[in-house]
Amino acid sequence: MSAETGIGAAVKRREDLRFITGRGTYTDDLNVPGQTYGVFLRSPYARAKINAIDAADALQVDGALAVFTGQDAAVDGLGDLPCGWLVKSKDGSDMVSAPHPPLAVSQVNYVGEPYGLVVAESLAAAREAAELVAADFEELTPVVAAAEAAKASPIHEGLEANLAYDWELGDEAATDAALAAAAHVTRLDLTNNRLIPNAIEPRAALATFDPTSGEYELRTTSQNPHLERLVLSAFVQIAPEHKLRVVAPDVGGGFGSKIFVYAEETVVTWAAAKVGRPIKWTAERSESFLADAHARDHVTHAELGLDEAGRFTALKVRTTANLGAYLSLFGSSVPTFLYGTLLAGQYKTPNIHVQTHGVYTNTTPVDAYRGAGRPEATFVVERIVEAAARETGRDPAELRRLNMIEPGDFPYETPVALVYDTGNYQASLDRALQLVDYGGFKQRRAASEAEGKRRGIGFSCYIEACGLAPSQLAIQLGAGVGLYESGEIRINPTGSVTVFTGSHSHGQGHETTFAQVVSDKLGVPFDDVEVVHGDTGRVEFGLGTYGSRSLAVGGSALISAADKIIAKGTRIAAHMMQAEPDNVAFEEGAFISGNQRLTLQEVAFASYVPADYPPDLEPGLSEKAFYDPENFTYPAGAHIAEVEVDEATGVVQLVNFVAVDDFGHVINPMIVDGQVHGGLAQGAGQALLEHGIYDADGQLTTGSYMDYCMPRADDVPDFTVDTTVTPCTHNPLGAKGCGEAGAIGSPAAIINAVTDAVGTEDIAMPATPEQVWRKLHGL
Amino acid sequence: MNPFNYHKPSTLAEAVALHRDAEDPAYLSGGHTLLPTMTQRLAAPSDLIDLEGLAELTGIAAEDGTLSIGAFTRHAEAAASAEVAGTLPALAELAEGIGDAQVRNRGTIGGSLANSDPAADYPAAVLALNAVIHTDRRQIAADDYFRGLFETALEEGEIITRIDFAIPSRAAYEKFPNPASRYATAGVMVADFNGTVRVGVTGAGPCGCRAHAFEAALSAHLDPAALDAAELPAIDFNSDLHASAEYRAHLVRVLAQRATARLVAAP
Ligand SMILES: Cc1cc2nc3c(=O)[nH]c(=O)nc-3n(C[C@H](O)[C@H](O)[C@H](O)COP(=O)(O)OP(=O)(O)OC[C@H]3O[C@@H](n4cnc5c(N)ncnc54)[C@H](O)[C@@H]3O)c2cc1C
Repeated sequence: MSAETGIGAAVKRREDLRFITGRGTYTDDLNVPGQTYGVFLRSPYARAKINAIDAADALQVDGALAVFTGQDAAVDGLGDLPCGWLVKSKDGSDMVSAPHPPLAVSQVNYVGEPYGLVVAESLAAAREAAELVAADFEELTPVVAAAEAAKASPIHEGLEANLAYDWELGDEAATDAALAAAAHVTRLDLTNNRLIPNAIEPRAALATFDPTSGEYELRTTSQNPHLERLVLSAFVQIAPEHKLRVVAPDVGGGFGSKIFVYAEETVVTWAAAKVGRPIKWTAERSESFLADAHARDHVTHAELGLDEAGRFTALKVRTTANLGAYLSLFGSSVPTFLYGTLLAGQYKTPNIHVQTHGVYTNTTPVDAYRGAGRPEATFVVERIVEAAARETGRDPAELRRLNMIEPGDFPYETPVALVYDTGNYQASLDRALQLVDYGGFKQRRAASEAEGKRRGIGFSCYIEACGLAPSQLAIQLGAGVGLYESGEIRINPTGSVTVFTGSHSHGQGHETTFAQVVSDKLGVPFDDVEVVHGDTGRVEFGLGTYGSRSLAVGGSALISAADKIIAKGTRIAAHMMQAEPDNVAFEEGAFISGNQRLTLQEVAFASYVPADYPPDLEPGLSEKAFYDPENFTYPAGAHIAEVEVDEATGVVQLVNFVAVDDFGHVINPMIVDGQVHGGLAQGAGQALLEHGIYDADGQLTTGSYMDYCMPRADDVPDFTVDTTVTPCTHNPLGAKGCGEAGAIGSPAAIINAVTDAVGTEDIAMPATPEQVWRKLHGL
Repeated sequence: MNPFNYHKPSTLAEAVALHRDAEDPAYLSGGHTLLPTMTQRLAAPSDLIDLEGLAELTGIAAEDGTLSIGAFTRHAEAAASAEVAGTLPALAELAEGIGDAQVRNRGTIGGSLANSDPAADYPAAVLALNAVIHTDRRQIAADDYFRGLFETALEEGEIITRIDFAIPSRAAYEKFPNPASRYATAGVMVADFNGTVRVGVTGAGPCGCRAHAFEAALSAHLDPAALDAAELPAIDFNSDLHASAEYRAHLVRVLAQRATARLVAAP
């Protein structure tokens, strides 16, 4: 296939022309005749009873059309927002789910929780009316900190406690015994700071209802429009699926925050039928801070046992995970199945036990965000391994190498339920050590010291599980849906190709990568392949994009569909060439038998104009496939960070970062580099800058960019990135997924570098200047 | 944002008259403080009086030991001005360090000083460079100008027209940016007027202030070490998410020392 556009080529992203020239079409860019505007009423309190809502004055505003409350939605039978993953406590009981009405009915449970919708002719009128809605709240004592939540009185009426589940994985007795027998035990208390996603495009929804057909159309900022439709249809029960079309047009970033089905698009869709007019809602940035699902927020105690030689004998982890006020769509799975299963890391630790308490607090719900559970797991494993190296006087790289699963050990079954198919962790570590010039570190440290700066180096040899997920396994573990993906390839009569995928691109570049895959596989020109995604009206089904699954699962579905195209094409071509199908080969876009040759285009044309055609074959050349992965994929790599710490101010500057990742086969190295760069910047944000902070009253004190610190270009160095390759053994592309690795591996590497520089393990994320200054000077 | 009347007067007198006659007026310069408060519905002036285009508020000139900057000068203009760079490079550097490119292309020195945000950069320079603030009706000395949190000596309807900075023999500005907003968590300008040193501090307290003990110490001995034990300004240091009062006070000393070190090292 063409070296410029095939698999492995750094093709420029075709979608960038419209993005960079401002011609993307985002939800808020869409306008429809008769459109009205919605503004949500949001709780100013972390916890309060709603005594009454009086909309009389609001409805007097010129242009105000309607005010809807939770009561109205309840009367109409609008269902609760579901959690899609049932986690069981260790005693076998189901997790405790707090009912989650799209609009709060009798009680609000976090600042920003919507309790009403105002609809008006203009946005200005809607805002003015919203200010005039008089809500009578009775404040209740909120529970804010996760660490205290389990003991505090329950925030939800009718629930016995704030503990949603007490989950465990692994063998506790064996782990305790191994720790008791260990030559050395390293103990570490860790927090994983709450993050707020901050996609560049805020969430938005534009809903229309056609009373003549009973059809709803929802255009919204979603990473998975089919899942959105499924939930709105099956759980919220707005309309059956054939009467509900969900379109996710251009979506400006998600990082997980646009996976979930939220109150806003749900209510706007329902209300569009009530007012009989289309309704548009676009979040303001301050609403995004309050109402997009937050991330991380763990408190953890971990213990790692080592034998005399430094071999890990056991890892015990106790985590309290803040789930927020309600269980968001996948909120329950993130600190359990996406976290505990990764605690083996790259190591042969024989005994592992993890316990997670998922707790409710009066804060914004917490759910998946770039990495979802794996950054938290990596932070625990890689921080404690680094600490153990320091405590036992071992080189951190060598201690890791000593404990790594070796290339000959695969497939490797961990004590926490996963089977790693393949990998070569030593190779990525070796390459990273070489790129960072580990031997030269002492000199660099001395040079920094000469300038009043302390220099530190930190490692993170991470592993993650992505390509969610073998459906049966996922469902067995509590998932409410299978996690396969669909793909369809339509060879048009004149030979151009339209590809339909259930994956969704919101910045990842699928329109380019997937076209590369199909053009390579079918031997058709790259420019002849168009990729369609993000529309339940055009794409049959899909589970969307998250968990770095698009290429490994969605791409594999396209390979299956392409195989079907080739199989059918072979039969048509064989008939046309009067050959046996078994004697027809498909090479570089052509069917070949002896010295006869028919291009895919010629065969496609024949399939639509079936004059000389196999009698037992349907016309047309269009094939669908559902691909269900056999296993997760296991990207892994070695990240090394170097920081300089200013003695006088505590300012940490990330001065060097090397990432060597094994993503299996790479389709487009430029896109992969971009994904890694973005992930690393996000990881640097978590490690050094970002922090979602609530005060004791449950008010979000970091609710704008004045206080919530996003990483900027000058906060990160020029990253050095490289890849090593062990192809995934169980999907046809040999691909593993690269979307999250940067954010998964880097926080631990950076904090390991900071703790190295400062000389204490006690540095919490983010490593802010004041915190570091206090630690440096023992204040 | 609520509806409002928009005016674009062409003389200073007209602007003042419009302000006097309107119900709840506000002057508009770069709008980088005013407009966000309006979109958040925290401010709802009845009339916006745009100061762009008033000749009295424009122009940069250096003469007789004074650098005069028109109130409508945008931060980017001040940063790029040859007059500023030639006479007061520390001020050009300060302007270049305000916010980001968009902010610098809109925000003005007059708007910044009228607003007197505790974390704004210019107050440090106004105080260190013994500036005189000219308005439509009078001149205000730097030491009389800053009164408290968002509080200045300006009267109702008074317009800043220009700021006259005394040109020192040398000066240096050091800023510790708030990592999120990049306003000044603390900022210190040290200016040497032939051995008499003035030190202007911003970000640390409710408004800009001078560090008198620092000035005395540096006037006696122009060396960063002179500040090791010098007394901090007697203000209520701000405390917020990004810096406690204790840390801010420490930063003020460190920044003053760094500014002094640069100033001493300057050719
Ligand atoms: C994202 C962001 C980052 C920023 N970062 C920094 C920073 O790092 N450092 C910093 O110093 N500043 C910073 N600023 C502030 C900015 O630089 C402006 O200086 C500030 O917003 C005020 O100037 P303006 O011209 O925009 O005034 P406006 O917003 O137009 O006006 C502000 C107030 O002053 C009044 N006013 C305006 N001009 C006059 C006048 N000539 N006479 C009397 N009253 C007047 C107005 O009525 C209003 O009350 C930042 C702002 C933003 C939005």
